[in-house]
Amino acid sequence: MQNSWRFLYIHLTLLLALLLNVMPLPAAVKLFRPDWPLLVLCYWVLALPHRANIGTAFMLGFLVDVMVGTVLGVNAFGYSVICFVVAANHLKIRNFSVLQQSLLVGLLLALYHLLVFWLSHFLTGVYFRAAYLWPVLTGMIVWPYIFWFLRRTRRQFKIQ
Amino acid sequence: MKPFFDRGPSLPLRLFIALLCSVGLITLDHYTDSSVQLRSYLTATVSPLFYLANMPQDMVFGASEQFMSQQKLIEENNRLRDTLLLQNGQLQRLQFLQQENDKLRALLGANPVTEGQRLIAEVLAVYSHPFSHQIVLNKGSNDGVTNGQPIIDNLGVLGQIVSVGPTSSRALLIADNTHAISVRVERTGLSAVAEGIGQSDALRLIHLPHSTDVEVGDRLITSGLDGVFPEGYPVARIIKVQRDARQPFLQVLAEPYAKLDRIRYALLVWPHRGISNIDPQILEEMHPSEQGQD
Repeated sequence: MQNSWRFLYIHLTLLLALLLNVMPLPAAVKLFRPDWPLLVLCYWVLALPHRANIGTAFMLGFLVDVMVGTVLGVNAFGYSVICFVVAANHLKIRNFSVLQQSLLVGLLLALYHLLVFWLSHFLTGVYFRAAYLWPVLTGMIVWPYIFWFLRRTRRQFKIQ
Repeated sequence: MKPFFDRGPSLPLRLFIALLCSVGLITLDHYTDSSVQLRSYLTATVSPLFYLANMPQDMVFGASEQFMSQQKLIEENNRLRDTLLLQNGQLQRLQFLQQENDKLRALLGANPVTEGQRLIAEVLAVYSHPFSHQIVLNKGSNDGVTNGQPIIDNLGVLGQIVSVGPTSSRALLIADNTHAISVRVERTGLSAVAEGIGQSDALRLIHLPHSTDVEVGDRLITSGLDGVFPEGYPVARIIKVQRDARQPFLQVLAEPYAKLDRIRYALLVWPHRGISNIDPQILEEMHPSEQGQD
């Protein structure tokens, strides 16, 4: 019982991130919305790669596709790739300071956005605007807080 | 420390499988027709999440209504009553004009313009991922919503329904990249196609020759030629005409009348269903004295 609840906590945070991702926001700040699910996923893959892995990333990306309305599979593709990079290097990334991690997360977010853009461009012919990259910056800014919050709760609930 | 990848396939293999599944999904969704059904099913499955995500906003709006002063409420009520009176007055005239128009069209031997049934829907999520401008509405197949149905608001055309669940549905906005709508320039009667370019404040008119007579400020209304949108609804206003001889066609941009980035309510239209008269209850509220006499 106890163990399954702890395991559920990961899914609970991912679900919360999904909700944040589709929560209605004023138009002025909508472009700046960070990619909550991807950031939370990155943390869990970094901290517990045997709990959250590419399967989780794929399912989460698929859910994002369904909720956001992009072509099914586009976000699943991006999430899987990012998750792979993080999981393959999790031992190195863990040793970075939070600031260095933040920069790296920015790089990964940029890669994710470019992947999604390339796929969407290929499929539906969208045009690129520099404003699409705002979430990279906001994601870098919120990463330390997400990291701090999730690590704290993870230690509190002794999830491993 | 636990050994991480001691069970299950290796990491690159997992990535390979995931990417293969993604590409499979993309192909299924984008290149086959079965995706409409699949999307509807998925929309229905995740609709509780939308209701949940909408709760904070609902609470904020609810609270602000709760704490609105009585004075303000009375003012708003009066204003709304005035508008309703004014618009009902215009509506009576409209009905007369419509009858006259129908008669004239009958004389000409043309089909009468159908006025559709309507239903108000609340917007659950205006998720515009920059690459896909869509909204989720709180009405679904239980309310008779069908695929391809047009939606409008008080200012102009919003878009059309693309997938339907039992209690919610998803609509593609006219600003979306994959959406195009057949329009007519009101001043000249010229037909054109306006496609979305992924920005909520601009549409592009495509394939217009350089000799076309269009001006900044021209109103675009639906032409009804696409068989989806009923004729005569306002769509957009032309804001930029660029005559560049090096380009094969005119570069024309138009701004949608509807504020596509801040939709809260939408009107679902059934263009091919019979006219629904004004709700009798509203009429009763408007003329309580008549009711008293009965």
